[in-house]
Amino acid sequence: MSDIKNATTADTAPTPDDALRTADVAQKKGPVLAADGKPLKKSLNRALRLQKMRALALIAPLLIFVLVTFIAPIADMLFRSVENEIVSETLPKTTAALARWDAKGDTIPDETIFEALYDDMFFAQESKLHTRLGSRLNYEQTGVSSLFRKSGRRVEDMGEVYQDQFEDFDDFWKTGENWNSIMGSDEWLAEMQAWNANPDDRQPRFVLRKGIEDVLPATTESYERFAEFVQVKDEDNLLKEDPWAIVYSSLYADLTRADTAAISAYNGPAAAQIKAAAVAAAGFETVNLSEAFFDIDKDWGDIDVWRTIKIYSPKFTNGYFLNAIDMQKSIDGPEMRPENERIYGILFWRTMVMSVSITLSCILLGYPVAWILANLPTRSANLLLILVLLPFWTSLLVRTSAWKVMLQQQGVINDTLVWLGLVANDDRLVLINNQTGTIIAMTHILLPFMILPLYSVMQTIQPTYLRAAKSLGATNWTAFWRVYFPQSIPGIGAGSILVFILAIGYYITPEIVGGTSGTFISNRIAYHISSSLNWGLGAALGAILLAAVLLLYYAYDKIVGIDNVKLG
Amino acid sequence: MKLTKTLLASTALTVAATGAVFAQDSKSPVAGMEMANEMTIVSWGGAYQESQLKAYVEPYLEMNPDVKVVWDESSGEGVAGMRAQSEANNVTWDLVDATAADTMRLCDEGLAMEIDHDEVLAPAPDGTPASEDFGDEMLVSDCFIPQIAYSYTFGYRTDVADWNGNAPTKICDVFDLENFPGKRSLEKRPHNNMEWALMCDGVAQEDIYDMLETDEGQQQAFDKLETIRDQTVWWTSGAEAPQLLADKEVVFGSAYNGRLFSLIEEQNQPIAMMWDAQSYDLDGWVIPEGLDEPTLNRVKDFLWFATDTQRLADQAAYISYGPARKSSAALVGKHAVLGIDMAPHMPTNPDNATNSFVQNYTWWADYRDDLDAKFQAWLVN
Repeated sequence: MSDIKNATTADTAPTPDDALRTADVAQKKGPVLAADGKPLKKSLNRALRLQKMRALALIAPLLIFVLVTFIAPIADMLFRSVENEIVSETLPKTTAALARWDAKGDTIPDETIFEALYDDMFFAQESKLHTRLGSRLNYEQTGVSSLFRKSGRRVEDMGEVYQDQFEDFDDFWKTGENWNSIMGSDEWLAEMQAWNANPDDRQPRFVLRKGIEDVLPATTESYERFAEFVQVKDEDNLLKEDPWAIVYSSLYADLTRADTAAISAYNGPAAAQIKAAAVAAAGFETVNLSEAFFDIDKDWGDIDVWRTIKIYSPKFTNGYFLNAIDMQKSIDGPEMRPENERIYGILFWRTMVMSVSITLSCILLGYPVAWILANLPTRSANLLLILVLLPFWTSLLVRTSAWKVMLQQQGVINDTLVWLGLVANDDRLVLINNQTGTIIAMTHILLPFMILPLYSVMQTIQPTYLRAAKSLGATNWTAFWRVYFPQSIPGIGAGSILVFILAIGYYITPEIVGGTSGTFISNRIAYHISSSLNWGLGAALGAILLAAVLLLYYAYDKIVGIDNVKLG
Repeated sequence: MKLTKTLLASTALTVAATGAVFAQDSKSPVAGMEMANEMTIVSWGGAYQESQLKAYVEPYLEMNPDVKVVWDESSGEGVAGMRAQSEANNVTWDLVDATAADTMRLCDEGLAMEIDHDEVLAPAPDGTPASEDFGDEMLVSDCFIPQIAYSYTFGYRTDVADWNGNAPTKICDVFDLENFPGKRSLEKRPHNNMEWALMCDGVAQEDIYDMLETDEGQQQAFDKLETIRDQTVWWTSGAEAPQLLADKEVVFGSAYNGRLFSLIEEQNQPIAMMWDAQSYDLDGWVIPEGLDEPTLNRVKDFLWFATDTQRLADQAAYISYGPARKSSAALVGKHAVLGIDMAPHMPTNPDNATNSFVQNYTWWADYRDDLDAKFQAWLVN
């Protein structure tokens, strides 16, 4: 942080680039030349670059290791807090169509949007993506999960009305082979025949017949998606598969559109069947898609469902972050959540306050211990040090559970107090499943992180200073407070940072002894990662926590100065 | 050839005559296909995993000595684990034990394989197809292969002086601080607690979920819970409530019935069960999506055996959870160690199930996120 300053002032050991700086200063008086006549600065630079490369190569394994196993996964996880592609990927047409819909009005989308929804839902359910989107949107709007699950199950039947009518009208429409001959190019059909005779190789990918998309645009699109699904996802033989119901709905839409010129001009394969079907289709029974969707679930008529889809259409969202600070996205922009759903603000604040309390109690308890350790003869100090380190060698879970036995109302501490008569039997202290429990257990667990830096700093403080202060007339307190304590501050600083940052992310201990009032924000993060699967919100909460820690660290550096932190 | 036929016929006759497993001696549909010889099974650890090991994994390994089973006790993190593995494109779990609610989520997320129950699971000994033998109430998801029905039920201490010799018999006694004072322990999530609260606030059982969809209904449930909030210790892991009961920390506690069974029968604690308004939950297998062919065959072969009528009934000898097949009920015998009859300890036993309800999974799948946020906010404030 301040190495430039240090290097130019002479209060630290010389570093390899000192010479470079000296050369820099010297340059003002004209270039200094090396023995071989080149400017000194240049040759020094080259020598240094080699040295730096070597140093970099030495730390490269660690650097790469940290990048791959630590930074990259964290970045990937945090990225989820804004990523929202699932909506527009699963419902591409619907989200595009919803752009035109006025969400602030009080009418639900019109039939064209339901048509888009039908298309999207059909393909989504074939690849089983609709339920995934359902659970994603259910985080924002209760009920969407089952709405999508239900709709996916029944959307397949919706288009069957057209399929049945086409098939009843002409058997020609029943078989996939006839469809292929209309939609596929001649070369592809030939390749398919060859492959079909000897299906060991890879199936030739579907190639569209030239010009067909002008005649049957919607059908073309549906059929291409169908063909891709059959060939790529299911790896089935396209010649043997009959098209999905949605292909027939698209065909109906194509044949009944106002502009009939393209169809009457068509003279490709099965022209006669298509033209005959076009005539017949005019008299087909139709399906009102919005009605069909309402029939599946009346929630499709709920404007809030549509608003949610529209709000979460963009590829990136700040919704998770808003959620993480007790707000929500609404059609009028961000707003506070209802009172009875606000929780994260409280938890963030509580995490901070309790981590500070834990740090303070660690200082209070750790300081005297470290002082004794530093002032005892080495042999007894080592023994004591082992006692301090002992908890490190015990499982965290075991230590926490031990506190449970100690602190509970029928536990060791309460029993002792009752036996001593300090506490009435029917009025035992509540020491666990609340903040007290968390603070006690975590102070104990984190204490070594305070004692060790304090101890190593105190060891470097010369006892002669205290003696000198006293010999000059200072009282014990003044000698400690004015001479000893200031020298131990770097140890307090290091211990506090360690304890505070560890405490802020603690999870197991608050979960076990914290009850409802002693849990931290990390407990909610854990819940969202492992239970609700709302990883986006978990990532947003984590990102905020990380930002808060970095901010506090920055503030600490500004106020105390990170140079004043010493681990020994 | 003739000899084999005669042998087969006579075996069939004796088996049919003794009424033992007949149809299920048939080989699994994947028998003879190429199978992997290693299988990673994910379960809950503890007594439950032990019951699975004894009832069907060990017998299966005896029949297939080449197979190696690796246990992973990560079911508690099963949902997250399966998603992480699927996203990393590195599925290392081959068969996962999960609750019904988790399975629904996994199925929705496309992380679990959908199966045809009649194809993958053995029919009942009398030939009833698996889908009927399990029944619709068990097959709550296309991805779910049920093993057991367990229940959330209450245990209470039998030595509470303040109760003047009375013992609680009704769910509403949990909310009755006057006659049954003392601390209670409830699970720290809305499931069951909301239902019980409304049930004791005069709402008929069939109306509960309709009520909980409305703000007023939710408020009513919270208000009812508020009456005992000061006296409640909230648990998150299944071992907590039994421990709290045993330590006299609480006098009442909701817990998995199997944990209470072991507390009462195996550890002889002065604790009794109150079966009233027990809430059923299901636990079963899920197959992760994306297994390779040989592994999938091995898993299917194992499942065919491990979920047949006899094996599910055998499991009940090690733990007091009800087998998911109807046909297994009659075969439930005695506890393997204690030698006591297991039938009276089954949550599905008619005497225990007079006023029971089944958690509405589909409903909770919708309302879980919303209600959980409200529940946690209620707890925090």
